[in-house]
Amino acid sequence: MQGLPFQPEQASTIARSVDQLYLFITAITFFFTILIFSIIFYFMIKYRRRSPDERPKAIEGSLPLEILWTAIPTLIVAVLFVWSSSLYFRNAQPPPGSMEIFVTGKQWMWKAEHPEGQREINELHVPLGRPVKLTMTSEDVIHDFFVPAFRVKKDVLPGRYTSLWFEATKLGTFHLFCAQYCGAFHAGMIGSVIVMEPDEYEQWLAGGVPGETMEAAGRKVFGQNGCGTCHVADGTGLGPSLLGVYGQQVPLSNGQSVVADDAYVRESLLIPGAKIVKGYKPIMPSFQGQLTEEQVLDLVAYIRSLGQEQTKPKEEGKK
Amino acid sequence: MSTATQAPRAQAPRNYLNADYGWRSWLFTLDHKRIALLYLVSVTLFFMIGGFFAVLMRIHLVEPQGALVQPETYNKLFTLHGVVMIFFFMIPAIPAVLGNFLVPLMIGARDLAFPKLNLLSWYIYLVGGIFTLYAALAGGVDTGWTFYTPYSSTYSNTQVTAVAVAVFITGFSSILTGLNFIVTIHKMRAPGLTWYRLPLFLWSIYATSIIMTLGTPVLAITIFLLALEHLFHVGIFSPALGGDPLLFQHLFWFYSHPAVYIMILPSMGVVSEIIACFARKRIFGYKVVGFSSVAIAVLGFLVWGHHMFVTGQSVYAGLIFSFLSFLVAIPSAIKVFNWTSTLYKGSISYEAPMLYALGFIGLFTMGGLTGMFLASLATDVHLNGTYFIVAHFHYIMVGGTVMGYLSGLHFWWPKISGRKYPNGWAALSAVIIFIGFNLTFFPQFILGYLGMPRRYAFYPAEFQVLNVMSSAGASILGVGYLIPLIYFFWSMRYGPVAEANPWGATGLEWQTSSPPPTENFAQTPIVTEEAYAYAAKEETSGA
Repeated sequence: MQGLPFQPEQASTIARSVDQLYLFITAITFFFTILIFSIIFYFMIKYRRRSPDERPKAIEGSLPLEILWTAIPTLIVAVLFVWSSSLYFRNAQPPPGSMEIFVTGKQWMWKAEHPEGQREINELHVPLGRPVKLTMTSEDVIHDFFVPAFRVKKDVLPGRYTSLWFEATKLGTFHLFCAQYCGAFHAGMIGSVIVMEPDEYEQWLAGGVPGETMEAAGRKVFGQNGCGTCHVADGTGLGPSLLGVYGQQVPLSNGQSVVADDAYVRESLLIPGAKIVKGYKPIMPSFQGQLTEEQVLDLVAYIRSLGQEQTKPKEEGKK
Repeated sequence: MSTATQAPRAQAPRNYLNADYGWRSWLFTLDHKRIALLYLVSVTLFFMIGGFFAVLMRIHLVEPQGALVQPETYNKLFTLHGVVMIFFFMIPAIPAVLGNFLVPLMIGARDLAFPKLNLLSWYIYLVGGIFTLYAALAGGVDTGWTFYTPYSSTYSNTQVTAVAVAVFITGFSSILTGLNFIVTIHKMRAPGLTWYRLPLFLWSIYATSIIMTLGTPVLAITIFLLALEHLFHVGIFSPALGGDPLLFQHLFWFYSHPAVYIMILPSMGVVSEIIACFARKRIFGYKVVGFSSVAIAVLGFLVWGHHMFVTGQSVYAGLIFSFLSFLVAIPSAIKVFNWTSTLYKGSISYEAPMLYALGFIGLFTMGGLTGMFLASLATDVHLNGTYFIVAHFHYIMVGGTVMGYLSGLHFWWPKISGRKYPNGWAALSAVIIFIGFNLTFFPQFILGYLGMPRRYAFYPAEFQVLNVMSSAGASILGVGYLIPLIYFFWSMRYGPVAEANPWGATGLEWQTSSPPPTENFAQTPIVTEEAYAYAAKEETSGA
């Protein structure tokens, strides 16, 4: 299967299963196309008009046949629906213990940030054989993260996080495309995913410009913006303490509650009035336009680390 | 279909074409047949404009770095190609040209229920078209025909507002046409013409009209909100203004997926008429084919989410939309099986309309089957946003809709113009279009599977071979489209005069002279039998 010229490389754990489904649908498509074409050609020749005043007998139709050719497509699409949906569901959630990388799309480049602090543009280094979860957002318009060799694709939206995961099974460099039209140089929003041996990846992470970890960068942003003035650790401030909050249920002033995940932290930074923690006043200013998406991600990483100080964060289950 | 009264086929016929020659008699006409011709001229014009953009795109894509224009210009080309072809050619093509001409004739009426509204529809369409052309000349628009936010509303600095206004305006033309057809089909059928005696073309026009009247207002609202955000920064779709970027896609596809059925259902109706005529058979399973049109129209409103499988919408929403999308495959398959079975034990002749109609079945079958890849969640994730999508919808819209439209135009041309065209050339063009079409779009399926995203002004070199193949095919396709244009023009002056019923077809439109008189029928016909009464009878059928 690998050698077919009409097939993209299979370089992730799910590529093979997606291709099997693809080939199955291709087979159905060819079968029915050939079937219909053959029948039409056969009838065209067999029942060609032999004299101008030929008047064939009328045929009303046939209930058994109608039932048959309603049942056959129904059966086929039922099989396809079950097969494709179960595959999709299986691939929807990243396996526990996936390593995380954060991706920001922006006209017209891909920026990636590793928790250890490595940052890169239009390249994404990942280790072989380890599930990688990407948390993605956009600084401007809708982009779409697409790696054909991995058979993964997900829109990258402004104003919210989306995520996808993959586990590379092949060393090498693979195309990363933007698959959602995003303006003048959409076609140039191309990057590479570079799959490395795990130990090489560790070396790569350690090498280059020694950047701060995202957590450290986040602590700095936290300090620079004076967040600690209100969010005092012992809970006596004007805002709630952030210790041990991440990953937990937070009671809200409207009586509901929300899990403090990436999306909630992000929303609280940019639209603070949306969900107010019970017992606090809606006084926090919005940081919309003042923080870059990368700074927001750093802050999320920092708040996440504060969460770990008391409790282990739960495997966060986003849609 | 024999009728109790025959329209008089008397001497030197006075007809709707020679009734008056002044320009006022065309621009202020209330005759549905003349309005159909106004539409014919305008949609042909827009087809050529849209086709011109396509030609430039295919030339540009011959080289990986782009052979012709700057990326910004390329983006405007595919946007205008989409906008012009969809809103100004495909949506009005069959309903407004063939539907306008045929609906009253097929039901034995003098005109549509609201002739003035009908003329107004054409003027509205024209105003929308002029806005689009203005936008094209004033710098163009680069959002893609899908206008996705927030790119369109807050980032693009091209003529978004002008095009939004154009689409908004043209929508009303669709709504009024749909309304007119619904009322006409309900209220003005000739005595004896019951629902189950209606030609299947009318069933599909009826289903289409329902989509037009119910769906188009949603598009109008969506486009209006888009313009509000674009002009006045009212935060609706842009997250930076507090809006929701995906809301636009939900609203847009709520109309634009059913719009695909606005384009394909009338073609299905056309093909039903033609298969029956040239096989001299009743359509196999008449009621099933009729109701499958209605089923497609209804289901079409419930599948918009399949355009959004990779947007991060809930996996459960994806599941439901996938399921419903698969359901649409069933009535579509049923139609194909029934058309094929209509040929069984028929008496088949191969004039040009029939070749076009058979080409439609072939291309629609392939287009429909490849839809299964996209209804399947797991494969759609890979194929969404790639050339696979481009290939798929061109098989449906160009392979389906345009083949069906040309098929119908060839079938009813003698009725419309009173002249015949050279059948040999027409048959040749049908074959050229079928081959050229496949050469153009089949390579795009492979390109998409290999991972080439759509809307790329330049691309990695490994995709070049398939792109060149596609462009080469497009040049053949282009020739195929030019030939009919030439012989239709030729036939208007030089074509042999057509008799009232050159194909020996049933249907009331063939009972009156070619071209029909302004009042269509001298006396209202009375219908005594079903559509497609082609079978041998004791008394030979009229015409």
